[in-house]
Amino acid sequence: MKLLLTLAGAITALLSSKSVLAEYGLNMTQGITDISKDIYGLHMMVFWVCVAIGVVVFGAMFYSIIAHRKSKGAKAAHFHESTTVEFLWTGVPILILIAMAIPASKTLIDIEVLDKADMTVKVTGMQWKWQYDYPEEGISFVSNLSQSSRDVVDGTPEEREAVDNDDTYLLSVDKRLVVPVDTTIRFLITSSDVIHNWWVPAFAVKQDANPGFINDAWAKPSEIGTYRGQCAELCGKDHGFMPIVVDVVSKADYAEWVESMQAEKVAEAASATMVWTEDDLVAKGETIYNANCSGCHQKDGSGMPGVFPAMIGSSVTNGPAADHLNIVINGKGGMPAFKMLSDSELASVITYERRSFGNNGSVVQPSDVTSAR
Amino acid sequence: MSSTTTAAAHDDHHHGPEKGLLRWIKTTNHKDIGTLYLWFSFVMLLVGGALAMGIRAELLQPGLQLFEPQFFNQLTTMHGLIMVFGAIMPAFVGLANWLIPMMVGAPDMALPRMNNWSFWILPFAGAILISTFFMEGGAPAFGWTFYAPLSTTFAPDSTDFFIFAVHLLGFSSIMGSINIIATVLNMKAPEMRLMDMPLFVWTWLITSFLLIGAMPVLAGAVTMMLTDRNFGTAFFDATGGGDPVMFQHIFWFFGHPEVYIMILPAFGIISHIIPTFARKPLFGYSSMVYATASIAFLSYIVWAHHMFLTGMPVAGELYFMYATMLIAVPTGVKVFNWVATMWKGSMTFETPMLWALSFVFLFTIGGFSGLMLGIAPADIQYHDTYFVVAHFHYVLVTGALWGIIAAVFYWLPKWTGKMYNETLGKVHFWWSLISVNVLFFPQHFLGLAGMPRRIPDYALQFADFNYISSIGAFSFGLSFLLFTYIVVDCIRNGKPADARPWPSAKGLEWTLSSPAAYHSFGEPPTRAEILAESQHS
Amino acid sequence: MAEMERKKITKGFWIKLVSVPILMFFFAYAMVPIYEVLCDITGFNGKTGTVETEQLYEVNEERIVSVSFFASTSPGFPVQFAPKVNSMEVVPGKFYTTSYIAKNTTDEMIYGQAIPSVAPTDAALYFKKLECFCFVKQGFKPNEEVEMELRFVIEPEMEERIKDVSLSYNFYKLDS
Repeated sequence: MKLLLTLAGAITALLSSKSVLAEYGLNMTQGITDISKDIYGLHMMVFWVCVAIGVVVFGAMFYSIIAHRKSKGAKAAHFHESTTVEFLWTGVPILILIAMAIPASKTLIDIEVLDKADMTVKVTGMQWKWQYDYPEEGISFVSNLSQSSRDVVDGTPEEREAVDNDDTYLLSVDKRLVVPVDTTIRFLITSSDVIHNWWVPAFAVKQDANPGFINDAWAKPSEIGTYRGQCAELCGKDHGFMPIVVDVVSKADYAEWVESMQAEKVAEAASATMVWTEDDLVAKGETIYNANCSGCHQKDGSGMPGVFPAMIGSSVTNGPAADHLNIVINGKGGMPAFKMLSDSELASVITYERRSFGNNGSVVQPSDVTSAR
Repeated sequence: MSSTTTAAAHDDHHHGPEKGLLRWIKTTNHKDIGTLYLWFSFVMLLVGGALAMGIRAELLQPGLQLFEPQFFNQLTTMHGLIMVFGAIMPAFVGLANWLIPMMVGAPDMALPRMNNWSFWILPFAGAILISTFFMEGGAPAFGWTFYAPLSTTFAPDSTDFFIFAVHLLGFSSIMGSINIIATVLNMKAPEMRLMDMPLFVWTWLITSFLLIGAMPVLAGAVTMMLTDRNFGTAFFDATGGGDPVMFQHIFWFFGHPEVYIMILPAFGIISHIIPTFARKPLFGYSSMVYATASIAFLSYIVWAHHMFLTGMPVAGELYFMYATMLIAVPTGVKVFNWVATMWKGSMTFETPMLWALSFVFLFTIGGFSGLMLGIAPADIQYHDTYFVVAHFHYVLVTGALWGIIAAVFYWLPKWTGKMYNETLGKVHFWWSLISVNVLFFPQHFLGLAGMPRRIPDYALQFADFNYISSIGAFSFGLSFLLFTYIVVDCIRNGKPADARPWPSAKGLEWTLSSPAAYHSFGEPPTRAEILAESQHS
Repeated sequence: MAEMERKKITKGFWIKLVSVPILMFFFAYAMVPIYEVLCDITGFNGKTGTVETEQLYEVNEERIVSVSFFASTSPGFPVQFAPKVNSMEVVPGKFYTTSYIAKNTTDEMIYGQAIPSVAPTDAALYFKKLECFCFVKQGFKPNEEVEMELRFVIEPEMEERIKDVSLSYNFYKLDS
């Protein structure tokens, strides 16, 4: 019995230390928005109420276990009912629940809609990446798990050992979402295939990404920094490998970033009219392939028999370019559409697929992609 | 008053059970069928547990050491399906079969032959389910909750076999529940009123009503999946005018009652064990009955608390939050009544009592995390994280499974006529208690720190607690080897047990010999006998 | 002691008992139309409604709501699909017209259907369409570009604090 007591004591101690030790991975983050802080407050309130109830109930229970035991000579009483007591321990919990429900309701209503949105970001979940669109700024890009993490996931056992050196293992991406601080942001969340869920704990934003429907979520981040999240709805093979990284930057930095993204877009469009050398296409294509395609089709192009077609010796990569273009741009069956990539990105990755893995397909120029769209 | 085996009292063609393997295939005896269910569920527990060992082995350290991500998804999915439908539910049905007829003074279940079919469907269904591991595309990998369209448009061929297995499992449960309701309502001793019935019978009666209401809805959901996959319907496919969120409504309309189905019988078991070892009547018999009925009713109207993040209107979220919080009231009443039963009792701590007492403590912890999850805005940070995993493992493992194990130790003497080794029983208890908490308690912290569910690999900040949890898992897994030994050793070498090995135990089953005769209560018990054994003092 | 008669289970009892699972199975299917109806009433899941005629509403000219338009296509649908304008400032109670442009990028005849979705959920109930191209099978000739019109109103009953509404169309491929 002493052991039981010690265990109880240890658990209570752990429970009460929970609040202090968020940095040690023991508690929820307070986050950087008003809502996230409200939620943290609710969480702690309910937690302490539970601790209080636990102390009373388990206290009685453990006292009884010690004091009311036969070995101590306790004689059993015979009482077995009491309407008064039943009313009390039905009524008092109801009152406690009402007391908790009031602040919970208030926070719930506050979450639904903030003030007028200063900006909107559309988030599209796909197997297994996120696409971010800034409609007003005309920016659109895909965010994949970073190459360093992907190397560990897909790599050899030796490469997998490298995980210990990476602080942001599985929480880093190739292109981050960038938003300005102190701005009311409306996130519109949807999916192009199965249900995903976009979650950034620091914002307390978590919403299902349903295919065919949009959900909205709001955040007004108040601190500059980098915040990481993960997909929070099982979406298939790489559900654990499609993280979210958001950079909250100053408004000035944000404006600069928007400009550079728009300039990049212009440059991409310009490069689409040029003729590229095969080497350039293949080099760029390899990076894009490893980030976007290797998850299913494997780094070595072997695919997964029956599920993901191989690149090696395939009739698509060796056959007419038009068919290959159609599949990559528009998708097919389980293969998502990649039309959000630029003309030169698509030309590069398709050329890489057609010219590597021992394939002998034709080279595809960015202008070919433009006319195929 | 012991049972009778005179030829005149029963209408079988032979005396006693058949010989050999055929006995087990043809039996219509509730005791045999109870034994079959219990052994089947134990094997499934070990299979599901092995899958869990695989999961925790992969999660021991960051990095993918053992399994491909898709196979890991198969492990988590099948672990859930096998434990829910193969281990927990059949175990409770096994207990129902063994105990209910004895507890109500009936000779057998109302439909003995249907009882046999209800059981024998299970190994068949279990085999189909497990065989999906060996099919092309692998076993189901979309979680035990199989949301569309991951489970429809994007699922492997084996999914259709999964659907078939679910239909069979559901059919077995429904038949079993019909049998239980008919038995309890119609075959209990003529002198036994409803409010004379022991709590295990009450909780199973109520559970049966939950089952016949909820399982058919699951059947509907998987049938819709089947036609979406193969016959061109579009229930859950937005392309065709359907809605994947509707799948979740239909699934959880079944799913929430389902989790109460898995816990109410355990509540009944605890209500037998604590009074026995406290040597004091159960406190608040009537309240316990009404509380169980309230929980069952409420379980039907809270389903969308699993769906707070699907894009629900505020009004919906508020309603489901309030209704969910309300379930804490009758559940709390039960916990208070158990503590009041202990209070000023004269307790001893034999193995069944250890399990029952720790059930009260640990299930309540699971209840607390459940209350936290029900707070809709806070759920934004809890949903689909290990906080949820911790919650449901506390209520299902240290709740439902604990109840089953407690029941096994408590009634083994009645079933086998032998006592288990009390020292080993205690060792096994402490080993399990410590392991299970090392396994699941850290998962609360993992969830709060931001680790999502159903991921085969994780970021470095989650490494320490995952390591601890996995060590707990291996230890907990090993403890089942000791459990197996204790049970088998009892059956083979146990000391002969009294009819009432627990002197303060109440219940008609304790008036029978240990082991109980193959046929019992050919003649119903008298009113005096019933009153003497009633929990409702 | 006298042997008490055990109760005989009546046929009526069996019929009542067995009918429960059977009815609940059909209830699962009944949940489909119930869900449709509830979504129409509550606007849950972004489901919009329609109005038959261009009725008059009480209009508060001071109240402005920003409506943004989005377009997506599902995998395998080779169509360039975009809203004509990205956003519009509207006054609740007034009708507005806009359109979406879709271009078939292939040399073949293709068919598709658009599904609308409105966010936030609490706005969906009040976003009513008079004319819309959703839920209607559209055919696209090879390389054809089509402008599809949409006429809508946001009913003034919508909560005042909602100032941003978005309408998204998802275009899916149909086989024929």
